[in-house]
Amino acid sequence: MLYAMLCYNDEDEVFTWSQAHNDSVMEKLHRVQEGLIAKGKLGPVARLMPTSSATTLRKQSDPPLVLDGPFAETKEQLLGFYILDCDNLDEALDIARELAAANPGGAFEIRPLLLFNDNRLGR
Amino acid sequence: MSDPAWIEVAVTAARPRAVAALLRYFRDLDRAEEAFQDACLKALTRWPQDGPPRDPAAWLIFVGRNAQLDQVRRQARNVDLPDEARISDLEDAEIDMVARLDASHYRDDILLLLFICCHPELPDTQQLALALRIVSGLSVKQIARAFLVSDAAMEQRITRAKARIAGAGLAYDVPNALERSQRLAAVAAMIYLLFNAGYSASDEAIEARAVMCQEATRLARLLTKLFPAEPEITALLALLLLQHARLNARYDVAGAVVLLEDQDRNLWNSTHIAEGLALLDKALLRRTPGPYQVQAAIAACHDRAQRPQDTDWHSIERLYGTLEHMTPSPVITLNRAVAVSKARGPAPALQLIEPLATPLASYFHFHAVRGWLLAELGQAGEAATAWRQAISLSQSTAEAAQIRAQIDALALKP
Repeated sequence: MLYAMLCYNDEDEVFTWSQAHNDSVMEKLHRVQEGLIAKGKLGPVARLMPTSSATTLRKQSDPPLVLDGPFAETKEQLLGFYILDCDNLDEALDIARELAAANPGGAFEIRPLLLFNDNRLGR
Repeated sequence: MSDPAWIEVAVTAARPRAVAALLRYFRDLDRAEEAFQDACLKALTRWPQDGPPRDPAAWLIFVGRNAQLDQVRRQARNVDLPDEARISDLEDAEIDMVARLDASHYRDDILLLLFICCHPELPDTQQLALALRIVSGLSVKQIARAFLVSDAAMEQRITRAKARIAGAGLAYDVPNALERSQRLAAVAAMIYLLFNAGYSASDEAIEARAVMCQEATRLARLLTKLFPAEPEITALLALLLLQHARLNARYDVAGAVVLLEDQDRNLWNSTHIAEGLALLDKALLRRTPGPYQVQAAIAACHDRAQRPQDTDWHSIERLYGTLEHMTPSPVITLNRAVAVSKARGPAPALQLIEPLATPLASYFHFHAVRGWLLAELGQAGEAATAWRQAISLSQSTAEAAQIRAQIDALALKP
């Protein structure tokens, strides 16, 4: 069984950590992750930029509506995610629109990645 | 959970929201600050026992308000009140607070708190000192060190600024759309000023002033979160991150200024750059250009270049042209001239800056750039004269030393 693990914390605190504190947390995490990667248990790892960098594409309307800021509806749940490699936000939005046309309803929150380690699963 | 560091982090992050809400409640800056202090003291004893509250800002507002009200009553009646251990059922009260203090309320409260600090009657240095004291919560000692003045002088400066504000009478009503955008513009300017005060530090103040850059970035982050649909605010944060990224490369071990093209780009903070570029990208998507977006785009051109020779000087020249059009100033023209020389050679650049000789006669960078352009054109004698003029106008020994090194290098040339 593959599992996705979603990380939650208060971004107001995390993004005001001092460089030293941030480095020490990342170092500790890295040490745990190394063991998991060696065992083939850990796939790609991503760290997101704060929600201020987010753009939301509401896809229940046609054409979909582009909004500044993160997705904040509690009546809809996180059901999956994509990782895209784009030159800029415009291109990411184009792809999001293409996907939205195939599956309208709900929303995509588009958030740049701060860090991405493309680890492979399996031994 | 015995480590008090998490308490400090939580309190620092909650401060602007909490002080802003307490200010709206008490309509008195000193009382709001006292209430926040009281709440922090209580947090130090309660949080290690009870664990972190779900919403630290709401907890601090609630407890701070009650502590101050108790004190007011105590002073009024001079009777003993039960001690702080009586703060019971805090959990329920907190939920209630969170429900009532919705995001839109916080937004105008925090904006007002920041806006107070940029009151037009206050000189720039007082605005910055006040913001660092009230909004960021730095100690008077820390601020005094950043501004290179004695603790007593800084204490007096802050007291005077507060008195001026108290006398001015403040608008606590919810602002209308126009007032809100005016406040936002004034606050953004103050944050950029704060950042530049830290960024232009030299000599012994480098470390003490780095705190100004950090705080400015933190405030811009806060503002961006409160106003996610304002591209100029998003761009301000992008600009600060893109410049902040280069901070560690700007001085050598001896504290001398290292010019952009000589900086070790491995010392640039790639995390800051990535976030700055993403935020700029998002701001530009709105298609409503403004000066912070242009300035962030210029900073992005520098940060994107792996090596100095990869810098897209043609774009930078164009961007400075746009900025000049939006906010005309001789300093911007001077910056455009640097880009012109990099893109098209020193001759057209020198021509561009000749009309600036009068308005920028006492500006260090004018003479530094002019000397550099003359040197590029092989006019060594005139270059040295311009550079000597620059040294006489320099604001720090680091600036002067850097120009002197250029004069020495010029003399060594065959």
